[in-house]
Amino acid sequence: MSDGGLGTASSHRRSATEHDWLRHYGVWVAAAAVLLLLPHVPGLSSNFGRSLLSQMGIATVFALSFNLLLGQTGLLSFGHAVYFGLGGFAAIHFMRAINAGLPVPMPLVPVVGAATGLAFGLLFGALTTRRAGVVFALISLGIGELVFAASRMLQGFSGGEEGITANRAIGPRPFGLNFASQLQVYYIIAFWALLAAALMYAFTRTPVGRMGNAVRDNPERAAFVGYSTQGVRFIVFAVAAMFAGLAGGLHAINYEIVAADAVGAARSGSVLLMVYIGGEAHFIGAILGAITITWLQVSLSDYTTAWQLYLGLFFMAIVLFAPGGLAGLILMHAPIVRTRAFAGVLGAYVLAAIPAVVMLTGALALLEINYRLSTQPEAGSRMKLYGIAIDTSTPWPWVAAAVCLLGGWWVFRRAWPVVAAARQRAADEVAGHGEWAAP
Amino acid sequence: MVELVTFSLLNGVVYGLLLFMLSSGLTLIWSMMGVLNFAHATMFMLGAYFSYQIGRYIGFWPALVIAPLLVGLLGGAIERYGLRHVHRHGAVAEILFTFGLAYLIVEIVVMLWGRNPIENRVPAVIDFPIFTLFGTSYPFYKALMMAISVSMFTFLYLAFKRTRVGLVIQASLTHPQMVGALGHDVPRMFVLVFAVGSALAGLAGVIGGFALLTEPNMAAALGPIVFVVVVVGGLGSIPGALVASMLIGIVQTFAVALDYSLLDLFRVLNVPVSRTSPLHEVYAVKIAQAAPVIPYLLLVLMLILRPRGLLGTRET
Repeated sequence: MSDGGLGTASSHRRSATEHDWLRHYGVWVAAAAVLLLLPHVPGLSSNFGRSLLSQMGIATVFALSFNLLLGQTGLLSFGHAVYFGLGGFAAIHFMRAINAGLPVPMPLVPVVGAATGLAFGLLFGALTTRRAGVVFALISLGIGELVFAASRMLQGFSGGEEGITANRAIGPRPFGLNFASQLQVYYIIAFWALLAAALMYAFTRTPVGRMGNAVRDNPERAAFVGYSTQGVRFIVFAVAAMFAGLAGGLHAINYEIVAADAVGAARSGSVLLMVYIGGEAHFIGAILGAITITWLQVSLSDYTTAWQLYLGLFFMAIVLFAPGGLAGLILMHAPIVRTRAFAGVLGAYVLAAIPAVVMLTGALALLEINYRLSTQPEAGSRMKLYGIAIDTSTPWPWVAAAVCLLGGWWVFRRAWPVVAAARQRAADEVAGHGEWAAP
Repeated sequence: MVELVTFSLLNGVVYGLLLFMLSSGLTLIWSMMGVLNFAHATMFMLGAYFSYQIGRYIGFWPALVIAPLLVGLLGGAIERYGLRHVHRHGAVAEILFTFGLAYLIVEIVVMLWGRNPIENRVPAVIDFPIFTLFGTSYPFYKALMMAISVSMFTFLYLAFKRTRVGLVIQASLTHPQMVGALGHDVPRMFVLVFAVGSALAGLAGVIGGFALLTEPNMAAALGPIVFVVVVVGGLGSIPGALVASMLIGIVQTFAVALDYSLLDLFRVLNVPVSRTSPLHEVYAVKIAQAAPVIPYLLLVLMLILRPRGLLGTRET
């Protein structure tokens, strides 16, 4: 079911041909090459671009570790940031020790984060994985709040609101590298992110990772066959906590500061958003979600103060209309891309996109005006929207936005059946020609 | 000392009753529908904001009635037009729906009322001392909070035990399929329970909004504690929710007033602790500082020692 992944999923035959080697590892070699080149691509070669890439790398590791829980094993956690943050705290304290003279090079700091994540994963996992489902979600929430409240209480450990700082540039210099520049930090993060992603992917292929799928889909049967569902959940949980701790260690290196919010509920919530928006049923979904959401967080916040509202609306749209997430939406089209009816599907999409864009334009205008009026009342009624100067004390901006919203919605409702019909034609064609079997 | 105990007890009871009004709705929703409703605490927040807005136009007493009704209507609509459709995607999708909803409602509140706390003062009609104890006067609105919560509990309890609808709801807590097979409209019960639970949370918001700060963060601050109450009290048990709310309310209020740490205990017991000891920071934490941690410690202990809660009949 959740095989999706990197395209090597269905093949378990182990013939030693070169073709097979390429199929199994080609993706990872390509990923390594892309990661190596990305910070030199124009547009991303600035400090801002490299910093964005670094954040995406950290988010990817964190989201993948969450996907081990939610996607692979069906454990919905509301406190996954606990392991991220505790790993981060351990890493930042370790960095301070390096600053004080401990002869360990900085790139090894994430190992400390991972070890801490694993230790706390084993500790709390023993408590939380006794139950699955809603109760697990609730206990994870409780542990998250417990750790957050406790770390705010212990100022010496967490530094409270200000956090603990360290300097990544002070320490041993292997090969003359001092890790001061964002480029060097990016390469540290890229290395660990790729390694972690490969290890996590490999973990999902191991018997215990496979049993995680079984425990997710049918715990009674898994138990009946003779597996301890609690044991499987416990192992997966500890591994996920370890990788979350690794992400926390990367966070410590990247920002040189870790504060109490690193273990907080907001961070636990945002990783949930990433994985679910990306598509929890697919390994690639977590990566997609981490990259998309990080990019949105960084870029949207430049344009509008209401970006959190848009993120919430985006999440709700996925929950209501596309439970498979972005990866699910993309993979849904994989079987029909080569059909003759696919051109019709694309045409229908364009047809439906026009009223959708009009509708969204109206909705965004209304939200922006309201947000501006309530959060910055001192700025007055004149504002710029889509580059147009408007005055919100007159009725026209409101009327125009409402007309766009309602009119767009009305047309969209009528355009959607065309999309559904075009998709149905493509699906019929696939079923008729049996193209599904041989991609 | 007597003064401290009396006032801590009074404040603890008020806070506990507030928690109860929130948790009674949540425990019903959860045990009946299996939905961990993350949006429940936002209903509390909406109650506070609605009553503030309505109170500005037509005064406090109408607001006390209208605001909870509005929140209840909203809750019913959420169940009818939102949750019911997500239901077929499974339990995780339902939780995520309420989670996303909570996030959205907070952002919408920010959009309508701004990010800063609003000036939700105690209305003049209920802001006068009702009695004076040890030279400190006790405000009327706190007594009103108590009266409303207690009468709410009595009403709920009687409605549950004595009315037909109450009995059907009680039956659908444990045997929803059977109740449906007997010809009762279980989905309508869901809407009803969701609406009443939300209205109760809204009512708690109206009277609790003065005591706490009315701001967009109030839902996030109170939400997890309400979950703790539900688990500690026992799933689906209204009396359990009452006991657990009182327990947590009183313990937290007393903890805030206690300025002692483990170091003081060691001093009394003559155990020497050096300042350089690695756990010195843990020992030095005062009980008052540890107050926010206590509910969650209770939650974890409860789940280990007694997973069905204080008065629950089945395991959470």
